[in-house]
Amino acid sequence: MAIAKVLGAETEYGIQVAGNPDANPTIASSVLVNAYAAEVARRVSWDFEDESPGRDARGFTVDGAMPPEVETHLANTVLTNGARLYVDHAHPEYSTPECASPLDLLTHDRAGELVLVRAMAAARQAMGVGEEIVVYKNNSDGKGNSYGAHENYLVDRAVPFARLAREVTAHLVTRQVYTGSGKVGCEVEGGPRAAFEITQRADFFEEAIGLETTLKRPIVNTRDEPHCDATKYRRLHVICGDANLAEVAMFLKVGVTALVLLLVEDGLLSERDLVLAHPVQAMRAVSHDLTLGEPLELVSGETITAIGLQWELYDIARKYAEDRGLAELGPEAVGRELLERWEAVLGGLESDPASLRHQLDWVAKRELVDAYCARHDCGLEDHRVAVLDLQYHDMRPARSLFARLEMDTLVPASAVEEATTTAPRGTRAYFRGECLKRFPASIVSANWDSIVFDVGEDALRRVPMMEPLRGSASHVDTLFDGCGSAAELLRRLGA
Amino acid sequence: MVERELKKRTAPQKEEPEVVEDAPSTNARGEKLKAEIDDILDEIDEVLEENAEEFVRNYVQKGGQ
Repeated sequence: MAIAKVLGAETEYGIQVAGNPDANPTIASSVLVNAYAAEVARRVSWDFEDESPGRDARGFTVDGAMPPEVETHLANTVLTNGARLYVDHAHPEYSTPECASPLDLLTHDRAGELVLVRAMAAARQAMGVGEEIVVYKNNSDGKGNSYGAHENYLVDRAVPFARLAREVTAHLVTRQVYTGSGKVGCEVEGGPRAAFEITQRADFFEEAIGLETTLKRPIVNTRDEPHCDATKYRRLHVICGDANLAEVAMFLKVGVTALVLLLVEDGLLSERDLVLAHPVQAMRAVSHDLTLGEPLELVSGETITAIGLQWELYDIARKYAEDRGLAELGPEAVGRELLERWEAVLGGLESDPASLRHQLDWVAKRELVDAYCARHDCGLEDHRVAVLDLQYHDMRPARSLFARLEMDTLVPASAVEEATTTAPRGTRAYFRGECLKRFPASIVSANWDSIVFDVGEDALRRVPMMEPLRGSASHVDTLFDGCGSAAELLRRLGA
Repeated sequence: MVERELKKRTAPQKEEPEVVEDAPSTNARGEKLKAEIDDILDEIDEVLEENAEEFVRNYVQKGGQ
């Protein structure tokens, strides 16, 4: 049965040290995270008690599969907005707090960008003369190396995982027509080197389903790490999307995917069997097809375009929404806005993709690249075009090409600013964030599903938060009201 | 194999008639978009990284998920 869609986004940023090409990216990432923690936010450590990235949702262990290791020695902080800012291998990563609506998630993903901008500024004084740490919100270095922008969605554990995977795959493949951030230069071996493609990520997906995240990446990732009550919930870990800068693209990416998961949970997609015959090939075909007309084969033998498949999902979703509302996506206006935007974007893609130049990353980048090539009479293989491609994602405000493209926005700048320090009100992230804001000296560590307090007694006290929707502002504001200390808070909790 | 016809969409039915502003023709809109991008290109050279070839060569990102 459909449950409230608690959502999050985890973005690995590309990083380099301008002025020192040999700099170690892991150290640079640590400098960045530490600079933000020291200068902008007070440091509270992450607690690793709950991490189990090797657990497989299919209920077995895959021979030869390499579950990602949890690195505990690298810089790692939890912020007063409930987010986690840390070093993941050789990248800085920002994980948003849990959000109760796609609009909240958009706001907090943008807040993450602002945190990285401030981290770059804070790190400046830690660097040598002429050196500067620069981060990029993209997913590829153009040389066959990719890094992820993952999404996560709370889903009902009662839905068999095999059915979930079967029914969500076609959406994950075809949503690329609006989630792509655009890329110059195919990274599939033997593919056309100098071509524009819709997504950054599609070239790196080699399996339909699996546990890996760093090699042989699967369209449906089976990592089973719910960070909450595992008897009731799954947390679907989606690893095949692009990092978005365009707000409309980000809103649609997470909003429509959340909505499609409601349809899966309520069995709406079981009848109309929208299952691709060759999902891995289709993933790349959709990304490489700028005509948007490539027919994709379904297991039924029918063929359908990516946009056609999205229309099928839209029709089912709209009827579903008319019948019973979309309360699981947050306030009523959010579901309505989502359906309107989805319809408008699919219509625009069908009639004139260039008309979406203020809404979708890949369209904006393509228009810019094409105009640049025309003016300078050069081809896509020109190094300056590669710079253009990279610099679209440059997070330095003065260098960002995205910032010059005057894209449409859905959330006010003031809300993004507030979200850099304040947690979303609708989930347990609110409790985490408020505790960190009010009693930082009494918190030893925190993670998604618990907070460890030191209130001066012999033992540390762990407060579990196994329900993602408990701990919201409406649950705990009265608890915080007039509460002067962490010890008092624990007394009120009866802990 | 059945070739599915691309669906033609119609705007969702609205209960109240809305005043629809005259949409600019695709051509006019195209011209406006082009002018806008041209303005961006006019300023872009001063922010683009210099030594494009070296800059792109140095951007290597290993160890990502």
